Formats: sequence, structure tokens, C-alpha cells
Amino acid sequence: MDELIKRAKDLLESSVVKVVIGYEEGTGNKTRALFVENAEDAGKLIFDSRCVQNLAAYITKKEVKEKGKMAIAATLPVMRSIIQLASEYQVNDSNLIVLGITPESKFIEFANLVEVETFVHKYQIEIDARNKEMLVKLEKMTQAERWKFWVDELTPCFKCYACRAACPMCYCHRCTVDFNQPQWVPVASTELGNLEWHLMRAIHLTGRCIDCDACYNACPLSIPINLLTKKMLEDAKEHFGGYQPSLKGDHLMSTYKPDDKENFIQ
Amino acid sequence: MNIDKRLVRKDSLEKLFDILKQNSKAIYAPLSKNGKTTFGNAVAFETISDGYVQTTQSAKDIAFPRVDGMSVRGIDLNEIPEVVLWGVRPCDATGIGELSSIFNWDYKDEIYNNRLSKVTVFGFSCSKADDYCFCTSVGGNPGNTAGSDILFTQFGEGGDYLAEILTERGEKIVGLAPALFENSETDDKEKFLANVPVKFNHNEIREKLDKFFESKEWIEQSLRCLGCGACAYVCPTCACFDIQDEAHGKNGSRIRCWDSCGFSHFTLHTSGHNPRDVQSARWRQRIMHKFSYMPERLEVFGCTGCGRCSRACPVDMNILENLISIQEVTV
Repeated sequence: MDELIKRAKDLLESSVVKVVIGYEEGTGNKTRALFVENAEDAGKLIFDSRCVQNLAAYITKKEVKEKGKMAIAATLPVMRSIIQLASEYQVNDSNLIVLGITPESKFIEFANLVEVETFVHKYQIEIDARNKEMLVKLEKMTQAERWKFWVDELTPCFKCYACRAACPMCYCHRCTVDFNQPQWVPVASTELGNLEWHLMRAIHLTGRCIDCDACYNACPLSIPINLLTKKMLEDAKEHFGGYQPSLKGDHLMSTYKPDDKENFIQ
Repeated sequence: MNIDKRLVRKDSLEKLFDILKQNSKAIYAPLSKNGKTTFGNAVAFETISDGYVQTTQSAKDIAFPRVDGMSVRGIDLNEIPEVVLWGVRPCDATGIGELSSIFNWDYKDEIYNNRLSKVTVFGFSCSKADDYCFCTSVGGNPGNTAGSDILFTQFGEGGDYLAEILTERGEKIVGLAPALFENSETDDKEKFLANVPVKFNHNEIREKLDKFFESKEWIEQSLRCLGCGACAYVCPTCACFDIQDEAHGKNGSRIRCWDSCGFSHFTLHTSGHNPRDVQSARWRQRIMHKFSYMPERLEVFGCTGCGRCSRACPVDMNILENLISIQEVTV
């Protein structure tokens, strides 16, 4: 990824951006997020097939945002997340430069988010074969069997909220599950409390989830919670013509009013 | 005190399991699901996993469950089953002592103590370790007896076991199945233990932290931290909980649920002020609590070197790497 390193270096040297978000070599053969603030550190940037964390989750993080304009090494899922975030007014051309990495691992430069959107729209969001098979299997189950499947899978969840933290679309300043006066969702990680949390998460993400699997990859217990969002993606396709993030902001399943008197939406 | 050391044949473990079951003991042992190994109620001996370096979660929930009732009547001892914690690694067994020191620091936590009073710990020494293990850097070792009632060490893969009977509770177990605990000709377990090199000096880290509060290192280390609670929830010594009141129609219950200093609202005041309003302040708290505040107040370190937090972290926050860099940075 020499081109990526060169471009990151240029952007930092010319002070066009304050920080470049990319990947570096981590520990235990893992890769991890790197925040390059000095041009001489750009050489630490890497890219290979292990780099699957959705870096778009950092765009809305307070400490990262405060650094100023950023550039981000973006694979297709990251680009999709960026377009969705842009449609929700979380990011725009004035605060982000996208350093694209194509599915063929080629560096691609974009002048603006419109170009990113055009690139993203070349690809349909496709659920992988293994998970598709699992969805079919779940579909064929009786209601009771499916209930048992989900109770068995979700009961071990201890609500560390790594799924929420790793998801670029979960940027709410204060999540509904963190309210306790009144308490909307049980705080306890019990069978019911876990079901409520995961169903709420899936529904909130319908028409917004770009199917990057960040939630599943983050789960320390490897609970297949991404099956829920994948199922919603399939249903959205069947009933609403499918989902593709779009700058136009023609949200598939949600609506809002700019003059909404509630101030918790930011 | 001379430790009673016995030989337990490989085939005797299953017999021991069955005898414990016959004596109405619940057995919590490492079980595998979705490619992860974690403690659960073992119904049959063959369901117990082996070959794991470390379980995904610690065994702490046996005395400190992720959700626990806080009845004003207190806890009825008769309602808690006698439990054998089977297959606990020495770093987890040590962790029980550290957790107990928190729950008995000032107020003696009756719920925790009552639950623990029903637990017998079967430690299993480590024959292998991975790059995340660092027990030897925090005063432990792969064959450490602390915290176990009986410590089993296997004489090589597929071999018999050395059983060190360490407490009265351990002796009671031997009393249930005396024939399975044979006289042992050898008690040399060292050569069968994993090699875990010392990576840092925990006393040096502790001294350094006294002057490290304002260091920029915290910001550098934590920028990629996403602020989830995975590290705290898999940790054998993290003891924070949040008290919740739940309403069920006309009834209600008071419960305590695990909480984590990594969460942004952990220290949120009712006024809206948050003294730890950035992730670096939360990350600093995590390290300071374990390596500075706990040794100062409780005379124990809040870390057993199990490495779970690093393995569980979705963004590769590696505590060992971070501790080493704290040791290396000049204040």
C-alpha cells in the first residue's frame, strides 16, 4: 500500500488533514486502527486481508473528531458506512477525505463523497453464502425452534456492548439502553433483557446497517448477532426494494423532522 | 505446612466427577460453544473442554454473577448449591482472592461471601501459554497454588495428575473419594509447566504510576479504544456493579449488574457533569485501579496476568503491551 502511505504523508505534510486513520500491525497476528498525526509515522500504515475492522466507527468518536479534519483508509464496507453517516449529517466533505481501497485491494482516490457514493453504488450489498444458508435454516424452523435458537444464542450475552461500540451506525450520544429513569430496556443481562437489547439494535439498524459484520467480529463471545441485521436486510430487499446507502438521505426505514423539538438527536 | 500431594490417575478424573455429582455437587467447568470456551454447568464429564489455554470468561461469576438479587432478607444459604469449580487456571484461582479483597475491603459483602462459601476450587496448572499470558509478571506462575483447594498438574500430555490438597475444603473432597487419591512417588511438577517469561516489574510500574496521572501516554494508548465493557466483563478481578430497581407490575426487585469503567456514562453525575469525559481518562482509571489503587488500599494487584482482556478486545488493546510501554516511557 505504498500509494496509501504516500497520500497519507502528503495530506499530513501539507496540513490538509490533521489525522489519517488506517491500519497498523497489532499483536498476536492481528491488525488494528492507527491514527497517524505526523507525516513521518505514515510508514506504519498497512493493508492486507486481516484489516476488517470498520474504521468508520472512529469518525464520530469525540476524541478523534476533536483532532480536526481527517482522512480515512476505507474499504468498501467503510465507504458504505461513510455514505450512510453523511446522509445522517455526521460527516461531510469539509471534515473527511476518503482514501479508498477497492475490493481488489487497489488504492483509489476520491475528490468528494459524491464520487465515493458512485463507487459504492457499483456494488450491491450481498450476504455471504454461509450466513445466507443459516438464514434459510432459521426460516425453515418452527416458531418454537427459532425462539429456542435465539434464547440459547443470546442468553450468554453479558452486555459488554462491544457490538454497539464497534458499529459505525451506533453513534447515539446516549443509547436508549443507558437510560434508567425511566428504564426503557432492562439493564440486566438476563434472557429477556438480552432479547430486548438485540432486537432493538437490529430494528434500529434496519435500512442503515451496511452488513460489515463489525458487531459479530467484536463480540467476545462470538454470538451470531449479525444474523439479525442480515435478516432485516433480506426483508428490506423483499418488501422495500433493497437498501443501498445514499447521500440523498432517502432513508429506507426511518424519518425525521429538522424542527423536531426533542434535542437528543444530534 | 506440608502439602498433601497425591497421584490421581487420568482415568480417575471421570470417576471423581461422578462421585461429586452423586454427592449433589454442581460442577462448573469449561465448556465450548461457538468456538469459545467458558465456564458452565457440566452435566457430563465428556462435555468438559480441555486443550484451552484460557477460558474466554473468568470464573468470577460463580460468586459474583453478572446479575444478582439484593434482597433485604439477605441470601438464603440453603438456596445456593455446593459447587466445584473445575478446571480453573492458577491465574483465575488467584483472582478469587483479589476479588474477595474488594468485596471485604470495608463492608463485608454478604451476597458474595455466602456464594463463595459454597465453592470448592479445582485448579489445573497450565502446561501451555500464549503471547497474552503474563502471570509471572504480576507475581503468579503457571503452577501457582494460591486460591485453589486442590491443584491438579498433569504429568505431560495424556499423563496422570499430581493433586496438591491445599485446604480443608480440598481434604473434604479427598474424603469423598479416598481411593482415587493415591500415594504419589513424585511431586516434581515444574518441568510440566508452561514457560511464561517475566515481561515487566509490577512494583516498578506501581511506583511509576504515582507520577503518571497527567501523562500523554494514556491518550496515545486509548485512542483506538471503543469504550465497550469486554475487558472488564472477562476480567477475573473487575468487581464494579450498578444497582438497578426493576418493576414487575405491582412488585419490584433490586438487582446488581456488572458495570464497567470503560463505559462513557460510568461516572456520569446527575448534574450532567462527567469527571471522566474522554476514553483516555477511563483507560487510565482501569490501569491505575489495578496497578496503583488496589495495591495501595488492599495490598493486592488487581491483575492476575490472565491476558483475557487483550484476547477479548475487539480493537487489540493489549494490556501487556501497554504496561511495558508505561515501564519504558520516561516520566
